[in-house]
Amino acid sequence: MNIVITKEDLEKINFYLNKVVSSSLAQSVLLIDRSGQLIAQYGNTMDIDVLSLSALTAANFGATAEIARILGEEEFTLLFHKGKNENVYFTALGEHVILVTLFNDKTSLGLIRLRINQIAEDLLKILKEIFESDRQLTFQPPEHQS
Amino acid sequence: MPFINFSKDEIQCKIVYYGAGFCGKTTNLLYIYNQMSDDVKGKMVSIDTKGDRTLFFDFLSLNLGKIRGFDIRVQLYTVPGQVHYDATRKLVLKGVDGVVFVADSLKVQRKKNIESLINLAKNLAEKGISIRSIPLVLQYNKRDLDGTDSEILPIEVLEKDLNSMLKVPSFPASALKGEGVFETLREITKLVVKDVSRKIMLADQSVR
Repeated sequence: MNIVITKEDLEKINFYLNKVVSSSLAQSVLLIDRSGQLIAQYGNTMDIDVLSLSALTAANFGATAEIARILGEEEFTLLFHKGKNENVYFTALGEHVILVTLFNDKTSLGLIRLRINQIAEDLLKILKEIFESDRQLTFQPPEHQS
Repeated sequence: MPFINFSKDEIQCKIVYYGAGFCGKTTNLLYIYNQMSDDVKGKMVSIDTKGDRTLFFDFLSLNLGKIRGFDIRVQLYTVPGQVHYDATRKLVLKGVDGVVFVADSLKVQRKKNIESLINLAKNLAEKGISIRSIPLVLQYNKRDLDGTDSEILPIEVLEKDLNSMLKVPSFPASALKGEGVFETLREITKLVVKDVSRKIMLADQSVR
């Protein structure tokens, strides 16, 4: 199965990621597939190795899911790591995707969670279309090539 | 499960190095990491124990140029080889596009190689992937031990043990010295990219 992300998909996704960042004062949000591939990112991620972060996040989530299973839970749907200055909050969005929010002490976990909850359903709809619809793949060489 | 991103004109693929414990999967990645120039590679991430054993995985991202206008980004992973880390191996195999099976040429490891290959087939099958259809390359590692005190298996024996049914490309290698490492990487990348482009073309034709 190929996962195809069109320009329109990404614009829609970015719209919601932007909404989270601008309304919660988070530094950045990343949207990551559970196999560790980065789908989209928004905000200030210049100094961060986002590819490694994606791989580790997926692994972290996978490991946590196993902990949940051992405890008789289906899955832990959220994870939060607190540092001295930087914090990171992970939310599962459906069965395929994880939303990673990076933030510092300018904002609070409560506000971040509220903002994410407000957009989660809409974002999930878009992601379902990408991951679950059996969309036909039409190959178009990138515009600048032709 | 390659990610085809039309917005960034990028195809992301995941290649996993599989094999029994201490067969040299991490050494392969380390050699690649040390040889590649900074502008095409990311950081190498390792989650291992103090005794040099991979606990979770190693991860390395490479940018391998363009095909039909798309940037090809390859993400290399290794799995922990020890038998009891099967749950972790399953996690790392999620969304895999191609596999390098690293076999240890040491005679004492003969059984472990076969067990590990069977384990790979089983774990892929659980994800609905057949080991016969996924891009796969075998690497017979530690060939540099030939002529030393450690007894190693001849290539013919390894071929018979591991490749008689699969009939996939195989390479003798010494990951420590770098021999065969890039040949293996080149072949698996070629197979994965071919596989992805075949899917794209098939879909393209069916639309027309």
